Amino acid sequence: MANRVAARPIRAAVPTFRTPREPGYSPLVQRAEKAGFWLASLAGYFFLWAPIVLLVAFSFNDGRSVNTWHGFSLRWYEGIFNSAAGGDSTFASDLLLRSVRNSLIVSFSATLISTIIGTMIALSLARGRYPGKRLIEGLLMLPVIIPEIAQGVSLAMFFKIVFDFIEGASGTRALPGFGTIIIGHVAFNISYVAIVVRARLADMNPNLEEAAKDLGANGWRTFWHITFPLLLPGILAGALLAFTLSLDDFVVTFFLSGVGTTTMPIYVYGLLKVTVTPDINAISTLMLVVSTLVIGISLLLQRRSAGFA
Amino acid sequence: MRKWLVVWLLLCLALPVFAQDEFVEPTADDIQWTCPAGFEGQTLNVYNWTTYIGETTIQDFERLCGVTVNYDNFDTNEQMVARLRQGNPGYDIVFANEYIIPIMIREGLVQEIDLANIPNIENVAERWRGLDFDPENRYTVPYLWGTTGVAYNVEKVGEINSWEDVFNYDGPVAWIADIRTMFSVALKMLGYNPSSTDPDEINEARDYLLERTGNVVTFADDDGQLLLERGEVDIAIEYSGDVFQLTIDCECDTFSYAIPQEGSIADIASMLVPTGAPNPELAQVFMDYILDPAVNAMIVNFTAYATPNQAAIDSGFIPEDFLSNPAITPNEEAMQNLWFLEDIGDAEAYYSDAWDELRILSGR
Repeated sequence: MANRVAARPIRAAVPTFRTPREPGYSPLVQRAEKAGFWLASLAGYFFLWAPIVLLVAFSFNDGRSVNTWHGFSLRWYEGIFNSAAGGDSTFASDLLLRSVRNSLIVSFSATLISTIIGTMIALSLARGRYPGKRLIEGLLMLPVIIPEIAQGVSLAMFFKIVFDFIEGASGTRALPGFGTIIIGHVAFNISYVAIVVRARLADMNPNLEEAAKDLGANGWRTFWHITFPLLLPGILAGALLAFTLSLDDFVVTFFLSGVGTTTMPIYVYGLLKVTVTPDINAISTLMLVVSTLVIGISLLLQRRSAGFA
Repeated sequence: MRKWLVVWLLLCLALPVFAQDEFVEPTADDIQWTCPAGFEGQTLNVYNWTTYIGETTIQDFERLCGVTVNYDNFDTNEQMVARLRQGNPGYDIVFANEYIIPIMIREGLVQEIDLANIPNIENVAERWRGLDFDPENRYTVPYLWGTTGVAYNVEKVGEINSWEDVFNYDGPVAWIADIRTMFSVALKMLGYNPSSTDPDEINEARDYLLERTGNVVTFADDDGQLLLERGEVDIAIEYSGDVFQLTIDCECDTFSYAIPQEGSIADIASMLVPTGAPNPELAQVFMDYILDPAVNAMIVNFTAYATPNQAAIDSGFIPEDFLSNPAITPNEEAMQNLWFLEDIGDAEAYYSDAWDELRILSGR
């Protein structure tokens, strides 16, 4: 007889439709319930997607306006591709692409570092027992609660002190740049990653790790062969969250920026003095397409490997 | 018979005067400025609003001087000053509006320039030199200027001559969510100094505005011209540059811009060299470059703001309709009534409170 632990599907906490044998059943009520659920989902999707659909639609606008339609045209995409290919491009699209490149550099680096550190913190808080654990738990929530402007200014002051110290100690003048921005992003991303990974850890069955240790695995093997694969969805979710926060960040980035580090949000806000044109829509649509593809692929890969809950 | 022949010949000679010259966009070849020697291989770091410069200005400068330019952006004057207060990250040139410059000078965020290094300063019209915020041009070189005025739908509104027309209009109107702008208009209409620091006058201005919020649909942040375009409002108080974008987009005569007879706010952006700039000499060379008539004209043609550079205006590099469009270049009469916003120091607290009361009590 095969000993199988069946993978149990997670049941959503949704009331099931009453069957004819239960009291309270009536075809009208049942239809109303179904219609209600449909409407609720549709409204939710509309609320989420309508602005994005408009964004994509206006990226094909022939005029320079982002909210009045002047006809269909691919000129904004042409401008971006010309800039990327080094062809005949406009000043604006060159600057835009440079800012996107800077944004991606910052986001990828910050995500990588903060995911590693955040996961480590989450594991230590969930599995470890040491003095000061409560304090660390409390401190972890701070970056989530503190307003961004306070974080930005305090980080800028912190780096000023550090740079003054470096200049005093060694005479070299340190300047803000990608390094300071990445460190600033890691500072708040760690919290978000740690929170997400802790949630996944809480869901995980601790007996599995104990079983592995009983069977003779040391800490290292236990982690890489049992804990890590089970945690992977949570780690990826945390990493994705960190990436989004980094890409989107304005305040902290602005206060820590140096020469040549203009990121995309700063570029877009800087257009306030002139005008926002649909090339912003075009680049956003491209980013949307790329991230949808990435998530789609990762979902496909995840579905292949059924996990033991 | 001969008399008629002579007259006819003279008329023929006069004809070319009436011929319309097709306007030719200035190109890099029209730039007469040359770079002083010795700057090859150096780097210049510029801090400005995004695309608040000509299409090829930066590339032409890089080519003419053999230097590299880093072009970074900020969104508002306040953010830029906040950034510089943390320590200059390495910018050689910074652009700023006139109202924030006294603050920058007071806090030591900018350093002096030597006008001997900027011979093209002579191109700037007299009225734009030695302005209140920098009487001897020790720190600033004027760049572009604009006005705040009334953008309106000509078909629905007719004509705007006075601020009263805006306040009394029977239809949807948008004001601008700019404290200093709205209050200085109210103060001026009440007969006070538009940059008053007297709390009583400021409160009177608040009440003046509060009484007139009847037709106000919203306080638009920076998109009054979009509301106008969509037809959500018929009148919008807006910056001249924004309104011009509107007229390019629609290519129609529906929208117009006016500066009311009581006057309005003018703002001027200037270039400065911040303290701690790695290369102040190259910064001054850049300032001199921007003041070249062809370069300045190309910047005007791209950004559609007005220029204080008389040489650029006289050069013929700027199309006539730019020079006669009130949204870009106000006429002489309007220019007499323009005022700059002055530093109000600690009175900012009064303005802030009065603005909050205005917004809350009017419910917009």
